[in-house]
Amino acid sequence: MSLLEVRNLHVRVGTREILKGVNLRVNAGEVHSVMGPNGSGKSTLAQVLARRESYEVNEGSISFDGKDLLQMKPEEAACQGLFLAFQYPVEIPGISNAYFLRSALNALRKYRGEEEIDAVDFLPFLREKARLLDMDEKLMNRSVNESFSGGEKKRNEILQMAALEPRLAILDETDSGLDIDALRVVARGVNTMRSPKRAMVLVTHYQRLLNYIVPDFVHVLVDGRIVRSGGPELAMELEEKGYSALEGAGAAVVT
Amino acid sequence: MTALTEFGIDRYIEAFTAFENSAVGSKLPWLRQLRSCAFDQFSHAGFPTARREDWRFTNLSAISQTPFELPVQAEPLSPSQIEDFPVSDKASRLVFLNGRFVPRLSSAAVLRDGITASNLADHLLQDRAAIQTHLGRYLDVGRDPFCALNTAFFEDGAYVHIEKGKTLEQPIYLQFISAGAGRPTMNHPRNLIVLEPSSRATVIEDYVSIDGYETLCNSATELFVGEDAVVSHYRIERERPRAFSMCTLRIQQARNTTVSSHSVLLGGRLVRNNVHPVLAGSGAECVINGLFAGGGAQHLDNYMLVEHAAAHCASRQFYNGILGDRAHGVFHGRIIVHKDAQQTDAKQTNRNLLLSDDAQIDTKPQLEILADDVKCTHGATIGQIDEDALFYLRSRGIDEVAAREFLLLAFAGECLERMSEEPVRTAVGALVEAHVAAVHKGQLVRRAPSAEATPSCEAVR
Repeated sequence: MSLLEVRNLHVRVGTREILKGVNLRVNAGEVHSVMGPNGSGKSTLAQVLARRESYEVNEGSISFDGKDLLQMKPEEAACQGLFLAFQYPVEIPGISNAYFLRSALNALRKYRGEEEIDAVDFLPFLREKARLLDMDEKLMNRSVNESFSGGEKKRNEILQMAALEPRLAILDETDSGLDIDALRVVARGVNTMRSPKRAMVLVTHYQRLLNYIVPDFVHVLVDGRIVRSGGPELAMELEEKGYSALEGAGAAVVT
Repeated sequence: MTALTEFGIDRYIEAFTAFENSAVGSKLPWLRQLRSCAFDQFSHAGFPTARREDWRFTNLSAISQTPFELPVQAEPLSPSQIEDFPVSDKASRLVFLNGRFVPRLSSAAVLRDGITASNLADHLLQDRAAIQTHLGRYLDVGRDPFCALNTAFFEDGAYVHIEKGKTLEQPIYLQFISAGAGRPTMNHPRNLIVLEPSSRATVIEDYVSIDGYETLCNSATELFVGEDAVVSHYRIERERPRAFSMCTLRIQQARNTTVSSHSVLLGGRLVRNNVHPVLAGSGAECVINGLFAGGGAQHLDNYMLVEHAAAHCASRQFYNGILGDRAHGVFHGRIIVHKDAQQTDAKQTNRNLLLSDDAQIDTKPQLEILADDVKCTHGATIGQIDEDALFYLRSRGIDEVAAREFLLLAFAGECLERMSEEPVRTAVGALVEAHVAAVHKGQLVRRAPSAEATPSCEAVR
């Protein structure tokens, strides 16, 4: 059984159909990349997986670890081990980053019937994760993402991933807005998280990220459908030829 | 209506006639005159109606029609009836019950030379010159009938005096308890806080009440800040659901002074919070920070009047409101820049979260600028909980109810972050957290909206 199985997913936003029958299967231990031009539906797919309620699913199914993901609230999906690294992390003035992260971790622990972690034990844990991402400790006491630089926000997403240890991580355009050094650091953080028990889906427009995080599978999403799937070499091909060569091939669904 | 109001005024006239002759300091001509002038102002103006611009959003009929009496004598109170507030043992703690000092429940710390933290009534007779210089000099009894009423009827309050160059290490904590006993009572605490040049202090005013009859606590504080002095003032209002709470803080700032005023309105039925700094010397700066959070049918009215009377001063107003259920909030932010106050830098921000369709906020900036070289900005927002932020928290495993509470506390936290004194901030934070959670919870258990939607009058208009 696959960890994630998306079947014939159709999603609407208002009257517009964004996803028009997406099929995707991800097993534990695999890293998949979903690539596609702007407006192809990549971020919609990521948001639907994380259970954003403003998207209307009118056809298809998603199973996550054998359970019906579409029946889950966002917090339930998270507690089941799903994580979305946001393309645009939200600023939450007034709540410190450390407090937020500890609350999230404790929500997951509570769900799993584990003991909650107190502030004293949490601090060294957080420090270690922050070191992995070269993050200034001062950012932990600042309000969540508030006046963080673009790069700091993205690192903060990966920091959360490292702390919450999901079974399925979806990284939505994590590379956007990162300079090359920040990209390396983020990629290092992601790579240390690779494990036979964990799957990842990297949603990205550019191939650049995939030089640092080499995926097992690459899927190309065009106009709401996955039009090609292949190995890492597919990303290279896209980099060379661009997406335009694939546009119009929307009908030929390759699984 | 008018008849009732006038009947009400008669009652006050009767009370004042008796009070005037028996009050502390009634033998001091200057004080007697101060009181009687103030009372004339009040009896002439009466309680303001909504026709007065300053009171447009607040209906005072519940106050004008309640037969409040002055408290007869201090009821015995045990220490357990005092609300807890964790300040250091080294801090001075003064407790007032129905506007009168209760030495038994107070603990005056051993203060360094040059620092006084005591009750005003004791000092009226001893320390006349210092008090006479400042008392009643700043409060505008002509503009606000409640200030007039306070000046006419005050019996006691805190007197804090910091001599030139002295620093108060620990905050001075003042608790004002209102307790009705078998009938509605009113009390009028009057505080005088004087910081001589280059001194520093933190003062906390905490307003509480003991449940029972209606109470009206109508307090006024005059805060004089001498050149280069630095002061932080906190006002915590956490009265019971039947309490009326009127409070004025009048700040007089000399050159290069730095003032922070923090107001936190949590309890009470009808609350009015007046903050009125006058930046009277160049280089003066003030931060006027506040949070008001109400549920049920609470009415929380904030009236800010920031007066720039000298050049090169800066003021910042930040008020956040959280309103659930049928609560009604008001933010009236008035800034006056006088003719000579060039290079004024004034900023005002009022942000509000409404948790229900019936909750209401009236927010009104009012800028009166008579100088030509100034920077004045104002902004107000009214909104609901940010859905993006809510999803962000939920996507991390935090359930919806907790996530909403989280965001409310974050919103309240913006005001807490501006409080720079610890452990005061932590203590205030705990009160805020408990109250905001209760407002939110009240919201959740609130009856489900009825199926047949009847448009409200408001919507029809």
